[in-house]
Amino acid sequence: MRGETVITADPAGLTVREDGGRTVLAPSGDWLVDTVGVQDAAIRAVEENSEPGDIVIDLDGLGRIDTAGAYLLGRATRRCSQPDGDIHYRGDHPTARRLIEEVRSRTTICQPAREPVFGFMGAMARIGAGLEAAWLEAVSTMAFFGRTVTTGLRMAAQPWRFRLTPTVWAMEEVGVNALPIIAVLSFFIGAVVAYMGANLLRSVGFSVFTVELVGIAVLREFGVLITAIMLAGRSDSAFTASIGAMKMQQEIDAMRVLGLDPYEALVMPRVVACVLMAPLLTFGAMISGIFGGMLVAWSAQDISPTLFITRFHSELDWNHFWVGMSKAPVFGLVVAIIGCRQGMEVRGDVESLGRRVTASVVQSIFAVIVLEALFAMMYLELGI
Amino acid sequence: MSAEDILISVRGLRTQFGDHVVHDDLDLDIRRGEILGVVGGSGTGKTVMMNAILGLMTPAAGEIRLNGRLFSEMSAAERRRVDSRWGVLFQNGALFTSLNVLENVMAPLREHVDMPISLMEEIAGMKIGLAGLQPEAATRFPAELSGGMRKRVALARALALDPEILFLDEPTAGLDPIGAAAFDSLVLELSRALGLTIMMITHDLDSLYAICDRVAVLADKRVEVVAPLRELLDHPHPWIQEYFHGPRGRAALAGKEI
Repeated sequence: MRGETVITADPAGLTVREDGGRTVLAPSGDWLVDTVGVQDAAIRAVEENSEPGDIVIDLDGLGRIDTAGAYLLGRATRRCSQPDGDIHYRGDHPTARRLIEEVRSRTTICQPAREPVFGFMGAMARIGAGLEAAWLEAVSTMAFFGRTVTTGLRMAAQPWRFRLTPTVWAMEEVGVNALPIIAVLSFFIGAVVAYMGANLLRSVGFSVFTVELVGIAVLREFGVLITAIMLAGRSDSAFTASIGAMKMQQEIDAMRVLGLDPYEALVMPRVVACVLMAPLLTFGAMISGIFGGMLVAWSAQDISPTLFITRFHSELDWNHFWVGMSKAPVFGLVVAIIGCRQGMEVRGDVESLGRRVTASVVQSIFAVIVLEALFAMMYLELGI
Repeated sequence: MSAEDILISVRGLRTQFGDHVVHDDLDLDIRRGEILGVVGGSGTGKTVMMNAILGLMTPAAGEIRLNGRLFSEMSAAERRRVDSRWGVLFQNGALFTSLNVLENVMAPLREHVDMPISLMEEIAGMKIGLAGLQPEAATRFPAELSGGMRKRVALARALALDPEILFLDEPTAGLDPIGAAAFDSLVLELSRALGLTIMMITHDLDSLYAICDRVAVLADKRVEVVAPLRELLDHPHPWIQEYFHGPRGRAALAGKEI
């Protein structure tokens, strides 16, 4: 043992012999957690084939023993009415008997976890549970939405409750810091639209319609959609993670007992920031997208910027701009609400934090796309 | 005493975070088979010292030896074997929150030991019982446990591999007095039965009186003194006097009637 950093263990051995109607177990070698694994089956066989009262453990040949070895040896006589009686032991060992008794006295038998149900019924049960969970999720998101609206109304009546500093901070996070990436993405989208249109329109001889194509696509749909998706991927996950981490550290509970309403202090600033910043970001995305389209039109189709802008003014209606803009605050609201709500749902474990952040991003992008479709249908029916 | 009785020796340890020096020229010996208590005011770096010994942080200077072998010279495989021979109870339990209690205790077994899963489960269940938990706790998740239960699960996990060295960071903090006393007697029983070497950071004066063979006092960035508690009581260092002869120290002393 001395001088080595790690002590090597002898393998655990076991001989079982019959002696005057009694079953004698003679362990040998070291019965340590590293070595006893191989003897599990042998001990189990003894347990099943011998009368528990007739089992004798011969400790003479035993080397070192730890609690794992003691547990395994002690298991052989566990079912006897007097498991610690002298009749069960033979031979001498400095610690084994005491350890076996100590371990047995403290051992509790754990119930095995419930087996999962497989097969057809299991599949049906999982589908049912999934549907129910989705329904409950939708209901509680609506409940959260309602709670946020009432908090907002109360704040409108009592404006001094509004928290300016966290709101401005959130606006910087959500808005200013997100502008570069949103502008770059939108620039490329505008350029791609112009390229696609250029090829198609040139083949029918209407190259100049590229202007309308870029304008309508970016103003009506892409500007706001890129903004909403970036908000969902960037800000919404941050909301969920930060509120969720506060929840895990019991900070939310601390706020409650201090008389702070977490909806006022945490949710409202983020919601307000998102609703205010989404249109501004959308505007930035529109400008950048149109700029991208204009550059491509210039380089690929010889539509000069002057011509592009003149045609833009003369042919495109302001309605397209307002259609895009009208969607932005709605998307901002939905994204902020989903992000904050998922953060509030985080429980004590790390797993739930990860699950909630994922759910928050997936749900908000889902909600944005569905709303986008509803808006498209609505504006089509209205003829705008 | 001979050098062979020293299991872990720390020489000239220096740790710092940026400009903030936590330890400077710290020496400590942990003898084989002893229960060493570590005390010190808040912020004196008790946990940092434990982390340095465990290799969780790299000290700025100094050497740490296990059985005379320098940690810094060990191969990765050797370190891995050493890691499986010590158990650690972190201050906050540090349980894996995505695993239930039984799986938490089984985690080191799965990693280091070759044995049938059913036996692993039984042994994990035994450790859970050993740490004083009810069997119903086995299927619960750490987030559903009370602070005291979490401590016990952490102890069960630290004991899973029947370590030779056990590091306990404030094991009885947050336990009720009865639970703390039971914990102390469990630690004592285990150390005697298994020949464990234990380093225990604690503020619990009752634990110090009840089970520690020697007590190391951290003050002024180093180990001020290591001695059996009886001798410590007369040490002139002002913090030590305050610690053991303040109102709480006197109460614990009176309870023990040394």
